[in-house]
Amino acid sequence: MFKGKFIDNLPKIYGTYTGGFLVFIILMAIAESAGMTKETIGILFVAFTVCIYAFIGWLSRTVQVDAYYVAGRQVPTVFNGMATAADWMSGASFVAMAGGIYFGGYTYMAFLVGWTGGYILVSSLLAPYLRKFGCYTVPDFIGTRYGGNFARFCAVCVLTLASFTYVTAQINATGTIAARALQIPFELGVWVGLISILLCSMLGGMRAVTWTQVAQYIVLIIAYLIPIFWISNKGGYGLFPHLMLGEEVARLGELEAQFGLVKNSAAAVKEAGVPGGLKSISLPHSEVPAGGMAAWKFISLALCMMVGTASLPHILMRYFTTPSVKAARKSVCWSLFFIALLYTSAPMLATLSKLSLMDPTLPTGIIGKEISAVMAIDWVSAWTAQKQAFIADFNGDGILQLNEWFMRGDVVVLSTPEIAGLPYVISGLVAAGGMAAAMSTADGLILAIANALSHDIYFKIIDPKADVRKRLIVARSLLVVIGAFGAYIASMRITGILGAVAWAFDFAMSGLFFPLVLGVWWKRATRQGAIAGMITGLGSGTAYLIYVYPKFMGNPAWLGIDHLRFGIIGASVCLIVMVVVSLMTPAPDSATQKMIDEVRIPSGKTILGKQH
Amino acid sequence: MSNKAKHWEKTKGQMIITMILWFFFGYVIFMFGENINSASFLGYPLAYYMCAQGSIIAFVVILFWSAGRQEKIDEEFGFTEKEDD
Repeated sequence: MFKGKFIDNLPKIYGTYTGGFLVFIILMAIAESAGMTKETIGILFVAFTVCIYAFIGWLSRTVQVDAYYVAGRQVPTVFNGMATAADWMSGASFVAMAGGIYFGGYTYMAFLVGWTGGYILVSSLLAPYLRKFGCYTVPDFIGTRYGGNFARFCAVCVLTLASFTYVTAQINATGTIAARALQIPFELGVWVGLISILLCSMLGGMRAVTWTQVAQYIVLIIAYLIPIFWISNKGGYGLFPHLMLGEEVARLGELEAQFGLVKNSAAAVKEAGVPGGLKSISLPHSEVPAGGMAAWKFISLALCMMVGTASLPHILMRYFTTPSVKAARKSVCWSLFFIALLYTSAPMLATLSKLSLMDPTLPTGIIGKEISAVMAIDWVSAWTAQKQAFIADFNGDGILQLNEWFMRGDVVVLSTPEIAGLPYVISGLVAAGGMAAAMSTADGLILAIANALSHDIYFKIIDPKADVRKRLIVARSLLVVIGAFGAYIASMRITGILGAVAWAFDFAMSGLFFPLVLGVWWKRATRQGAIAGMITGLGSGTAYLIYVYPKFMGNPAWLGIDHLRFGIIGASVCLIVMVVVSLMTPAPDSATQKMIDEVRIPSGKTILGKQH
Repeated sequence: MSNKAKHWEKTKGQMIITMILWFFFGYVIFMFGENINSASFLGYPLAYYMCAQGSIIAFVVILFWSAGRQEKIDEEFGFTEKEDD
């Protein structure tokens, strides 16, 4: 059926795959109308897609170092773009983002701007140059540019801290979704999720992760877009929701004025017994909060997320897999294009979901109706029983007010199809999409950590004479160990999904952004400067986080820089220290200067050899 | 100035222009979010639209535009890669 090389057949292979997935959805829809239960549909969706990823992972197994670390450097731009998009869009993006907009409105949408704008930094400042360098991992660049094992070691520490913070949240998300879809306890779901993740990456490393991520992107984007278009058309809001929800956004403003935006006091929420993690709407949807401080908070959050994007190793290392420097640059463009498809849709989903709950003139509306009637609705009683939603009649009038309806953010994506009355097959599809999003990011992160430890610590520092077989055994064992450790932490349920995700960006920007950027753009940057910058940047950022986070020391935030934005402190310290120390120490030698000149030119051989 | 140095000067120039555009769509607009939100685009309040879609679309366009410009710069100085290298 497919003649010629695998790479040349990619469009055909993934085209067939997409077609096959759509056929599967249709089969499930037919099975549902024939009377298959919701539980079976949910299980089939998650199990079927996970098995396909595992199959791709097995097909991509490899015993070559180049294929294991950088997918043989032959991934075409558009496919690398898809893989990066899946790598990037985590369980948080898929499951929690629309929920965040649902509760936070405009204020929350700083995340949207932040999680997309960073790609301009990646493309202009870093990706093409790191590709020219020819490194296997991000610390590989730091170690070679600045020289010395200690600089390499510092970079590995920052990478591990940032990626690990992120990965527990992802394993947590796979656990939540697996538990819900497969009807098993969360603690078991986490381990099922981990096994699925490892099946994709263990045998083939970067090569397997690349080809499963492309498959996961296709599933997650289909799963995100179908419900939005369906709801929009079913509800008569417009054929193409992205361009046509202006009136609905305005209507939300009217409804907010009608019901009133009330912020419940913490004491009242506690007294009513609202389960943890559930929120009510208290912020306007499209109104911009007044004042300079609000604008600064929006901008500073976007800044942290953007700079963090450009420092996260699991994203940067995706651009090491392209065939050329030019292809690396182009594939950053495609990455953002594929990410934008989902990100520009999230506000639309939040709008539709909010409207269908808030508008009392709609049959789906619950706010402003009698509580006893609302409690009788199927999905309300189901979600309340699972402690995902809660009703507290604060004023005791028997009518559900806006501030009396509590919900978990994830519910917006996971249950909107059900709320809007779509067939259950769509909810199954959404669960498969969420699973794909969380798995693909977890895979990228675990691989980033394991590769840094196996390549930079084991091969470069501990045993430079190790042969290929030994290196790959170490790399794979580390993958399992790190995954298991992450799953263990996740099963202890320490943080909510989003707090931890934002921290990963702040950690990464504190320690890595300036050493990476100045490594290319400032020849005068020295080893001592980079080491001092990484240590003080990460140190001061972490210290500030401990100082300001309510669950640690809980001091008042300085200039509005709270625990989501501590990277501003870390990165500033890192920059200042790095510049000062670099200027105080002798300039890098002429070999290093020459190497930087070479990095800046797209053509010619990579700095590091083919096998290293 | 050597060929390499000239190429780097132009590359830097392109980087700075890209950063200015990035700064405008990522930050400047939202500094004035309160003021521009009364204007409307496609029926959406403008600041809301910009963070929901406008800036994100702008970022994608800037990226493709900037990559194209950089490729031209590389070509001009003869630093285009051979695909098989």
